[in-house]
Amino acid sequence: MNEMYVLWIITGLASAVSLAASRGKTLQSLRIALKRLLKIMPPFLLMMLIVSVILYLVSDEMIAHYLGNENKYFAVLFASIIGSITVMPGFIAFPLAGVLLSRGVMYMVLAAFTTTLMMVGVVTYPVEKAYIGTSATIMRNGLGLLIALIVSVAVGILYGELP
Amino acid sequence: MKLSKRNTVILVAYAIFLAVSFLIEFKPGQQIGLNFSSFALTMLRIVPPAFILIGLFEVWVKRETVEKHLGEDSGIRGYLGAILLSSTTVGGIYVAFPVSYSLYKKGARLSVIFTYLSSAAITRIPMAIFEASLLGIKFTIIRFLVSLPLVILSSILLEKYLLQRGFKMNHPDKQKVSTVK
Repeated sequence: MNEMYVLWIITGLASAVSLAASRGKTLQSLRIALKRLLKIMPPFLLMMLIVSVILYLVSDEMIAHYLGNENKYFAVLFASIIGSITVMPGFIAFPLAGVLLSRGVMYMVLAAFTTTLMMVGVVTYPVEKAYIGTSATIMRNGLGLLIALIVSVAVGILYGELP
Repeated sequence: MKLSKRNTVILVAYAIFLAVSFLIEFKPGQQIGLNFSSFALTMLRIVPPAFILIGLFEVWVKRETVEKHLGEDSGIRGYLGAILLSSTTVGGIYVAFPVSYSLYKKGARLSVIFTYLSSAAITRIPMAIFEASLLGIKFTIIRFLVSLPLVILSSILLEKYLLQRGFKMNHPDKQKVSTVK
């Protein structure tokens, strides 16, 4: 979780520099920050609610079961679906991917899983929609899914798992 | 902060569900409650500093600077800048969206913003190091080399399509006016 300390330190330093340069502008920036934060809260809350339910429904065992499917095409398909609907931070996702790898899950399946996990967000839909609207959200995520599948195929070929 | 009627109903129902779950010790409900609180705690550590930085960015960074480096005529530099910026974005998509709105307001072009948004999911440095150490450097390199050009390409296509339809990025509070059906 060092990432977060870095964020706080940078924020602290930037605020201090800003305050030294102009008190008025710093206060103005804080007002902007607060305003923006409050406006995005409703979709944000909705997203957290959905995430809490999804995390309960999708367990590690379930992921391991579906990603270890003997048919590799089905495994990639399941990996993309689970990756798209699940949200988990990288510090959970990659160790999980490491465990799956040691259990014999293929690289191309892991590629589909981690890439959709990060690029396609079904549960972040309320937040994304608030910023770029419904159709752009759907297209952006659709393209993300397509890219994830292409990455998965490339990984499959380069690791000798395909054809 | 304004809640639509539907969202208010959902949130209240959810709160009641959690409260009852803890009262009667309904296991799934309790687990969902714990998930919510741990996720909320994580967000609480990321989101406030991120928004403070966004506020500072809005006040101090000139529109001309963003336009020059990430605007209409920025060319390939704009995309590289977006990828570079995304690799240092802490907090993932929850931070990337508010940042992208600020960039949009300051005159960055749409394809650069979409490149930023998508590559924020792929290239974050701490995540990449983590991934490479667990799945192998080869895996990470393939993923980067295949996905980043596709991200830029898809962002350009997305921009073309959306501009034809008169797309405008919303300030979250205006969503009711401009995105409802």
